Amino acid sequence: MDFSISDEQSMLADSVSRFIDNDYDFERRMRIAESDERFSPEVWQTCAELGWTAMPFSEADGGFDGGAVELMLIMEQFGRGLVVEPYLANVVLAGGVLKRAANAEQKGRWLARIIDGSLQAALAFAEPQARYDLGNVATRAERDGGGWRLHGTKTLVLNGADAGLLVVPARTAGEQADTAGISLFAVDAAADGVVRRGYKTVDAHAAAEITLDGVAVGASDLLGDEDAGFEALAGAVDDATLAVCAEAVGIMQTMHDKTVDYAKQRVQFGVPIGSFQALQHRMVDMLMECEQTRSLLLRAVMLREDDSPDAARALSELKYTIGTAGRRVAQEAVQLHGGMGVTWELDIAHYFKRMTAIDLLFGNADWHLDRAAGLR
Amino acid sequence: MHVQLTDEERAFRDEVRAFFRDRFPEDIRAKQMNGVPLTRDDYVRWQKILYEQGWAAINWPVEHGGTGWKPVQHYIFANEIAAANAPDMVPFGVKMVAPVIYTFGNEAQQQRFLPDILASNVWWCQGYSEPGAGSDLASLKTRADRDGDHYVVNGTKTWTTLGQYADWIFSLVRTSSDVARRQEGISFLLIDMSTPGVTVKPIITIEGEHEVNEVHFENVRVPVENLVGEEGKGWTYGKVLLQHERTNIAGVARSKYRVARLREKIARPVHGAPPLSEDRNFLRKLAAVETELHALEFTELRTLAAVAVGKAPGPESSILKIKGTEIQQAIDHLFVEAAGYYALPYLPQQYAADFPVDERVGDGNETLASLRYFNNRKASIYGGSNEIQKNIISKHVLGL
Ligand SMILES: Cc1cc2nc3c(=O)[nH]c(=O)nc-3n(C[C@H](O)[C@H](O)[C@H](O)COP(=O)(O)OP(=O)(O)OC[C@H]3O[C@@H](n4cnc5c(N)ncnc54)[C@H](O)[C@@H]3O)c2cc1C
Repeated sequence: MDFSISDEQSMLADSVSRFIDNDYDFERRMRIAESDERFSPEVWQTCAELGWTAMPFSEADGGFDGGAVELMLIMEQFGRGLVVEPYLANVVLAGGVLKRAANAEQKGRWLARIIDGSLQAALAFAEPQARYDLGNVATRAERDGGGWRLHGTKTLVLNGADAGLLVVPARTAGEQADTAGISLFAVDAAADGVVRRGYKTVDAHAAAEITLDGVAVGASDLLGDEDAGFEALAGAVDDATLAVCAEAVGIMQTMHDKTVDYAKQRVQFGVPIGSFQALQHRMVDMLMECEQTRSLLLRAVMLREDDSPDAARALSELKYTIGTAGRRVAQEAVQLHGGMGVTWELDIAHYFKRMTAIDLLFGNADWHLDRAAGLR
Repeated sequence: MHVQLTDEERAFRDEVRAFFRDRFPEDIRAKQMNGVPLTRDDYVRWQKILYEQGWAAINWPVEHGGTGWKPVQHYIFANEIAAANAPDMVPFGVKMVAPVIYTFGNEAQQQRFLPDILASNVWWCQGYSEPGAGSDLASLKTRADRDGDHYVVNGTKTWTTLGQYADWIFSLVRTSSDVARRQEGISFLLIDMSTPGVTVKPIITIEGEHEVNEVHFENVRVPVENLVGEEGKGWTYGKVLLQHERTNIAGVARSKYRVARLREKIARPVHGAPPLSEDRNFLRKLAAVETELHALEFTELRTLAAVAVGKAPGPESSILKIKGTEIQQAIDHLFVEAAGYYALPYLPQQYAADFPVDERVGDGNETLASLRYFNNRKASIYGGSNEIQKNIISKHVLGL
């Protein structure tokens, strides 16, 4: 049992933290979020230069061999900074599938460019009928000569509108909800038959609805073995679930800290509102929720690093808690800021919206509690 | 004890229902269904229809144009207007400033202001809160200094809902700081927004809409005849009004309507997924909220029954406000959960009248679920925050 992190890990945490403090203040974040560009290419380049885009990949693949700890350290700071750049979509999700399923040639073609920051990629993990069930894939891949043609609809493809590469799960065998029979394809986003409708999400990230209308893919675009893509898909989404949970812990902590600060400054009835016991207890409750959630985060990270058989359940317990305790913390932070808490001008509102989105991503609280209870 | 309506009450309900069916304009109904914010013109047009029917000021005394309805009729009306998804009267004129004017205003003020409020000829907004005076309203700083037969007003009001549409603002202002209690130096002043020195600046709220404003007064000259009641008594008048505001905020009938819509929504399979009504977890949460709602409905009916036998609505209205807003917010979140990933696209523009319906993302208006959830976090903050309501209950009900 060891809670300490290595020197390299601590340097990583410092570098991300410094970046947020010096180069990604709320004003800049809002400028990026409100611009027509969905993220800042300049910031993305910085992420690549500082090695963050390389972090989760093995040294053999040109990465830094980072694991759950590194992911947590990066994402917690990204939460604090409300970073809108598509780290999750590009590196964790699309990259997560590629590193698990792609062969050496494919990695050279795509992973290398994700790492150097020159390629935007997206994983089409969601389908309209599936809610949060990754194995529910109705998109079909039909044999066509030596390759396939893809037909189907993907929803909420994070980074989907800006991606040059789309990683698409499609069914090559089995029934709609079978985990077996799913294959993973690398699709050029500019290919004929790809129709994308891009939009921003309520938390200022970017996504797209994508329809695939007979999109041709070749044998060299198949990632991993035919029919056997689910494991890589689920693995990447587990990474992403952990990532958003770490991000959420960063957000919860920030909302808590900002609320306590505000309560010390805001004067009503001639005293700081933080002197009212009714509010003190509420902030103590928030603190307890933050601490408990952080404990679950560390637990999930450590079990994952150890490849423990309990890792999946730990992750679901964590995600469930983000959706419950995390939501309460976010709601309380807004409430205790009074009217200011519901203004666009103040960061609190934007943390609130990101927390709401994170609750839904990759399964909400109910869904993960079911999973923790062995019901899924 | 029984819950059925009498024949007479049922006839009244049918009349009200028929009215909303026949007279509520189709285009406004569509906007309401789609969650499109109404324009000033939409509100005014609809309110004038209510006015023609004699139902603009259902809460006023008969002599001023009210209805003289019994509490059960108010209850029926509230249910029917909610079931039709028709907007309530914008409250600032008819429900807020008018009761102050007919209770404390002089004859001339009543004649000058009430008919235009009734007929929706003049739009009012509420100028109470200030940047430094929210929960602690009595610390307000906006000054009105006497200069001949005018007050000269200086200061800033904030959170002024729909102030961008308003012709007039009713304000609490400080006319004297030389008093024993802060409350005593406060007066209730009616201010024409077109007076030189009044500026309105938008505040954008969490979900991205322009619903509230900051209103600045710089040497605004207001005739003394616009003072309601006595100088320095504004606090007492203003408090009367706040109690009207609070019962209003509970929104029991609206919540019933929304629960019914939610039940409809989850019964349908959408996007090819099985209906959510097969999801035990969701059904249990919905039932829990409905249970709270049923309790609150009867709590409200008990309050109405007490008023009917002559008791004034007291601090109990705080219970309605707290529980009512908690329930609203719980329903808001259930809509978000029901929408799932479709709660995430930020696409309010796709509900505009000229946007092709088949190009919308999401089923019905489900992408608005999260915007509604965000926006309505305000419900536990405004009208006296829920914390302040609890302070009121502990002080005035529990005597602590
Ligand atoms: C969308 C919206 C619309 C509004 N519309 C109008 C309008 O049209 N006209 C108008 O005049 N005003 C309006 N308001 C203002 C509203 O009434 C105030 O926001 C409200 O009174 C709270 O004040 P505040 O925002 O300054 O918060 P604060 O008073 O600063 O409160 C901050 C937090 O401290 C808590 N708190 C404060 N005092 C105590 C205490 N003694 N004990 C325990 N907790 C306490 C509060 O409950 C809150 O959680 C609106 C507000 C919003 C958000």
